[in-house]
Amino acid sequence: MAKRIDVSGLHVYYGDFLAVEDVSMTIEPRSVTAFIGSSGCGKSTFLRTLNRMHEVTPGARAEGKVLLDDLDIYGAEVDPVLVRSEIGMVFQKANPFPTMSIYDNVIAGARLNNKRMPKSEADDLVEESLRGANLWEEVKDRLDKPGSGLSGGQQQRLCIARATAVKPSVLLMDEPCSALDPISTLAIEDLIHKLKEDYTIVIVTHNMQQAARVSDRTAFFNLSAPGKPGKLIEMGETNQIFTRPEKKETENYITGRFG
Amino acid sequence: MSMTTTQPPAPGSEAGSRTELSTGALPRRFPLLLLAGSALVVAGVLAAFSSFGPVAWALLTAVAYTVIIVTASVRVEGGRKAKDRLVTAIVYGCFLLAMAPLVSLLYTVADKGLDRFSPYFLTVSMNGVLPSMDAGGVYHAIVGTLAITGMATLMAVPIGVLTAVYLVEYAQGRLKKVITFFVDVMTGIPSIVAGLFVVALWMMLFGPGKTNGAAGAISLAVLMIPVVVRSSEEMLRLVPQDLREASYALGVPKWRTIVKVVLPTSAAGLTTGIMLAIARVIGETAPLVLTAGSSAVSINWNLFDGQMMNLPVFIFSQFRMGGAVNYERAWAAALTLVLVVMLLFFLARVIGRLFAPKTR
Ligand SMILES: Nc1ncnc2c1ncn2[C@@H]1O[C@H](COP(=O)(O)OP(=O)(O)OP(=O)(O)O)[C@@H](O)[C@H]1O
Ligand SMILES: [Mg+2]
Repeated sequence: MAKRIDVSGLHVYYGDFLAVEDVSMTIEPRSVTAFIGSSGCGKSTFLRTLNRMHEVTPGARAEGKVLLDDLDIYGAEVDPVLVRSEIGMVFQKANPFPTMSIYDNVIAGARLNNKRMPKSEADDLVEESLRGANLWEEVKDRLDKPGSGLSGGQQQRLCIARATAVKPSVLLMDEPCSALDPISTLAIEDLIHKLKEDYTIVIVTHNMQQAARVSDRTAFFNLSAPGKPGKLIEMGETNQIFTRPEKKETENYITGRFG
Repeated sequence: MSMTTTQPPAPGSEAGSRTELSTGALPRRFPLLLLAGSALVVAGVLAAFSSFGPVAWALLTAVAYTVIIVTASVRVEGGRKAKDRLVTAIVYGCFLLAMAPLVSLLYTVADKGLDRFSPYFLTVSMNGVLPSMDAGGVYHAIVGTLAITGMATLMAVPIGVLTAVYLVEYAQGRLKKVITFFVDVMTGIPSIVAGLFVVALWMMLFGPGKTNGAAGAISLAVLMIPVVVRSSEEMLRLVPQDLREASYALGVPKWRTIVKVVLPTSAAGLTTGIMLAIARVIGETAPLVLTAGSSAVSINWNLFDGQMMNLPVFIFSQFRMGGAVNYERAWAAALTLVLVVMLLFFLARVIGRLFAPKTR
């Protein structure tokens, strides 16, 4: 199920503004890849180009190549809607659909696309996804209650359940824990560990310890100078990046020395 | 001399227990008691001069209350709290001032309308009733109002909401500016001009003297559309971009996202906007006099055949006849119109509540 992503020579623009310059990297299947780097260096921007979500922003465009296994997702024939059902996304701020119950939120992917499925199958999918997101025990008695009535951490896990219920092969997460307490964060990190058996996971985080804890590989982005585009500085095994970074910039960032 | 002796607060006194962070406080009941007190005193003084009038009484009470409470507050509580008291008094005063015309209007309509308002009045038409007879009712006008406004709504809501969806979700660049500009212009069209426009259109299409309820409905729709577009636009913009992206991220196409996420999320707001648009046109008189006519007396459910009475035009034409019984009919019809609008708003609240995003 999990697929590899190969990026080569990717530039991302907002109108005339070059936000991310010339990124090439390989994201391995069944592993967790963390993106770290200072604020504004283009991590979110780059992440959103991996499932063509950047196209939602007026004026945003990407040049270069992104291969999902062997398929170029920027190919002329490729439908961005299908790309997104293959590459799911979890956002920084939990965003359950306010008009839907917990149950409906989980199977929103199917419901919104009008996929008919028998009740028993839907029930199974909801339970499986909620169990997968470590949320089942907490909500199994109130599946018909609104999703927005859950706590922030629960809502975020609900969003993860919703994203996994459409069975994507890749899951992109943009700072999924930045609004959560340490316990909920831990719950989600455990979840990421579990999910990586089936998915390719990419996570953006500002939390070094989190990157070190959950990821197998780490990519460090930085701005060459203020106002200049963001760049991929180096990428490697998480262990190596945190203990023996090749670039001085990476070392400075990780140890908290700037400039 | 006395200043210096009173400066250091006597130990144990109220002032002595103050710290630097606390000030004195007026008793909690004080404002209410003061208000009642000043109302009584002002009433007494006015009565003594035998010049009691409700307006003078209310104004003088307000002034007396404000002056006393601010003075008291300055002495006991200090400057910032006194300002708060002053502004509070002014805000409440403005609120009551704004309520006064509304309450007075409702009271007058109810008072004068109830003379003739009865089940009989609501259920018979003016068919075969001479204007000066003590008989007849408003049923045909209710029918006309519901039919014409209903058809106008059926035309204006889809056009208005879809235009808003286009403006918010799809339009870019010049076309968006152009449409927004024309919607703004449409908002400013005087209602009688909308009526004339439809009359001219009917002349061209069907020849003279062929106007009917549908013509009235179209002129109302012309007035409604910009209101619906404007309010729907605001409501759609309130839907967080997050929700749209959440839906896209599940592999849902844009149009389904709009239909199943954006519209349901904003349904409550959209309903309110539509109700306001209906309220805007349900009292329109001028375009309907021109189109649906002002002389129909019998019940006509058919929008496409013949003249159609409706409540505002009924009020207008009865008032113009000038007899005592006509005035009574006009007021009773006004009461009916107010009640119809209130009923609609009540329904809108209920519908809005059904759609509203649930939090528990
Ligand atoms: N919608 C947009 N329109 C124009 N410029 C944008 C837009 N979104 C982001 N940018 C710019 O692109 C650059 C990269 O932003 P991005 O949000 O990707 O940074 P980030 O690395 O995710 O930062 P953070 O860690 O704070 O989330 C910034 O200079 C930002 O100002
Ligand atoms: Mg970001």
